[in-house]
Amino acid sequence: MATVGQACLLIALGLCGYGAVASIYGARSGRDAFVLSGRRSLFAVAGLATVAFVILEAAFLRSDFHYTVVATHSSLTTPWYYRLAAMWSSQEGSLLLWLFLLAVWSSVALVLLRGRLRDVAPYATAVQLGLAGFFSGLLVFTAQPFETVPVAPSDGIGLNPLLRHPSMMIHPVMLYSGYTLFSVPFAFVVGALVVRRVDAEWIRATRFFSLAAWLCLGFGIILGARWSYSELGWGGYWAWDPVENASLLPWLTGTAFLHSVMIQEKRGMLKIWNASLVLATGILAILGTFLVRSGILDSIHAFVEEGNTIAWAFTALISVLVVLSVYLVITRRNDVLRSEARLDSMFSREAAFLANNLVLVGVTFVVFWGTFFPLISEAVTGSKAAVGPPWFDRYVVPLVLILVLLSGIGPVIAWRRTTVARLWGTVRGPVIFSAVVAALLLVGTNAAQDTESLILFLAATFAIAVAVHELWRGMRARQLMTGEGPPRALVGLVRRNRRRYGGYIVHIGVSLIFIGVAASSAFQHERDAVLRPGQSARVGGYTYTYLRPTAKIEQRAGELERISLGSKIRVTKGGKQVAMLSPTRGYYPTNAPMLGVLSRYFIGDSTSEVGLKAGWRRDLWIAEQPHISNLMPIVRKGDAVFAKAAAGGVSAQMRAIFLGQALNGLVARYRASAPPAQFRIIVSPLTGWIWFGAMIVLFGGFVAIWPAPGAARGLVRARYTARVARDLSRA
Amino acid sequence: MDPARKRLIRLVVALTVALLLAGALAYTSFSASSSAVTPSQLLRSATPGRSYQLTGKVVGGSIAHVGDGITFRVRDRAGTASVPVRYTGEIPDPFRDGREVIVTVHKDGGTYVGEKDSLVTKCPSKFADPSKATGQPA
Repeated sequence: MATVGQACLLIALGLCGYGAVASIYGARSGRDAFVLSGRRSLFAVAGLATVAFVILEAAFLRSDFHYTVVATHSSLTTPWYYRLAAMWSSQEGSLLLWLFLLAVWSSVALVLLRGRLRDVAPYATAVQLGLAGFFSGLLVFTAQPFETVPVAPSDGIGLNPLLRHPSMMIHPVMLYSGYTLFSVPFAFVVGALVVRRVDAEWIRATRFFSLAAWLCLGFGIILGARWSYSELGWGGYWAWDPVENASLLPWLTGTAFLHSVMIQEKRGMLKIWNASLVLATGILAILGTFLVRSGILDSIHAFVEEGNTIAWAFTALISVLVVLSVYLVITRRNDVLRSEARLDSMFSREAAFLANNLVLVGVTFVVFWGTFFPLISEAVTGSKAAVGPPWFDRYVVPLVLILVLLSGIGPVIAWRRTTVARLWGTVRGPVIFSAVVAALLLVGTNAAQDTESLILFLAATFAIAVAVHELWRGMRARQLMTGEGPPRALVGLVRRNRRRYGGYIVHIGVSLIFIGVAASSAFQHERDAVLRPGQSARVGGYTYTYLRPTAKIEQRAGELERISLGSKIRVTKGGKQVAMLSPTRGYYPTNAPMLGVLSRYFIGDSTSEVGLKAGWRRDLWIAEQPHISNLMPIVRKGDAVFAKAAAGGVSAQMRAIFLGQALNGLVARYRASAPPAQFRIIVSPLTGWIWFGAMIVLFGGFVAIWPAPGAARGLVRARYTARVARDLSRA
Repeated sequence: MDPARKRLIRLVVALTVALLLAGALAYTSFSASSSAVTPSQLLRSATPGRSYQLTGKVVGGSIAHVGDGITFRVRDRAGTASVPVRYTGEIPDPFRDGREVIVTVHKDGGTYVGEKDSLVTKCPSKFADPSKATGQPA
């Protein structure tokens, strides 16, 4: 099957080259047969990438260690669902996932947009095939997923324990879906610029994909944050790590684009801006993959492996895309990209959206600069230097404040121009509400201790109040017109204008996320403490007491999967128990032959399973790192005994029995007299709002993306019109 | 005022503001950054009081728990020069002998003190071969 997989990739590479040339030739010569052939090439590439993807996933699923990539990233003790996800933990598997998603989403786009933008589509197809060709080339020449060995090892090395988390099964798929979906508007804007047809049609046609990309990427980012919070044992969800930043960059420009397109659709303005934003988003999406996979910047996500050679290829691709984009925008700036209208007033919705865009691009620039600063610094001063989270916070926090405020003003300010009096009439209610909330926060909480957070709370409250007020006003108006009850009127209102009201729901969710981020950053209580059983630590008004150690051996498929050492922690407040937490640390065995028989169960990778009691008001969080160095002398003594026994000719069966007894003995010893353990204890207010806000954003996104009732009819009509036009042109 | 002239003035003002902000950003990034150095570079030219971003590999068998923190040695990725580090704060899960780490440090006498919570351990996509790391885990 490996040969079939390899052949699929090879044929896909050839088809990408052929299809791209055929599409462009067909479009330039007016020969539809070639255009059609180019389209079919893309569908065929999608089919071949799917076959290759399934073959590799099947190899992971059945633990076929003939495949080098399976042997180095999976093992018999890896649960079947994590074996599937293990594929994209590898360089080769992740590039194949990229190709698979790119080809499938591009094909879906071509099918859904059949009959629309007929002059643009061939060039868009060529761009998609070019990108697919790039990834096929990497998979054929550099990172070969179907490399096999004649004799399979008895077991694989295994999936990194840190990646054994439910969100890690979805997080990369969501990120890559976001990246690849953004390639659809990217390809279509390139096509539109090539044929000089930059009206709002390409925006309308690709809106679904822009929104879907934004949604998938945002969801992927949140899943990554959640994984970091609950798996990495440091209690945070965002560290301004280069790889995190890489996923944020296209999301930020994508967010700016989703807002600014409304101005082009409504007023025919900002054409250069919109085209540039989509082009930048597409390139930043490729850059994101580049950063993760090239290892060009020092990151916690060092997925790059020794001898990595893909960096130069990505650099070449990004350079080509940048040059192409700049050329297209510059050469079209004075004709098709010329604005059809001017900004009437700085006090208008257009101006508010423009300000929103400038702030988002400002944040993008800050994040980009900070992320690439080590390279910039090396180029300027000759030595690498890096900026830390405080530097990012210094610039991003004020910009976010402005952004949240604008998300409250934008939806209610009138198009073209308005007056202060008119705007005040619309926002009076939300402003008063925010003022009341401010007074309550100042009186009832310690929010005044952190001015930035207090301002952010108020801005977010204002934005939420505006969105709720708008929904309320619309619902009341509909009730008066139709006599419907409130729930029915609200649903009817949202269904009538899904994009607008979906957007309001997204604003509510984003504001909740920012409230959670501000509260958990500014008012978090944190302490690192070394505790023995019976000892306590006081954090943020809560007392964490180490009641007793826990230890157990966990098995899977008849093999030892990990040894979990942990503790029972009682959390009390005012003498009353509020939670019982069970943090553990799982030690995964390694197959390193140089290690002793017992050592291999403790020297390998280990990962935290945090103890967490989540709540609306605060999260009680704890992670543990047992001082097993105290156990190691006994472990080493055991190693020596086993080595002696092996030299004395003890049978494998007896050895296994003795090993089981020794490990059980060690676990029992830990339970009976545990050494001290290092704990990180956190009391974090409103962290749950981040995840809840993300769910609201997701819901709002789905509302906005869901086709309006008349959209299907419109699509059929558009296809019918296109068909009639085609028939007439042939006649 | 002539609308075209008004637009031009707006453009110039906007560009000037953008340039000033970008300049401020660039200036502060250089002044707020920590130099990324290897242990051998640190041994050659460390200045007390200045912070550095030390990168290298954890020396096998060098990790020890001292009070609320740990001590360990970091060596060059390809070489033997190493420096002692005293660190308190969050210890990432993948931290152990032989792993690549990044930690912000400043010189304090003969040792290097790690900034709280600044320790970053690279997270490999697959298990690293720990055969060379036969010392004790954290």
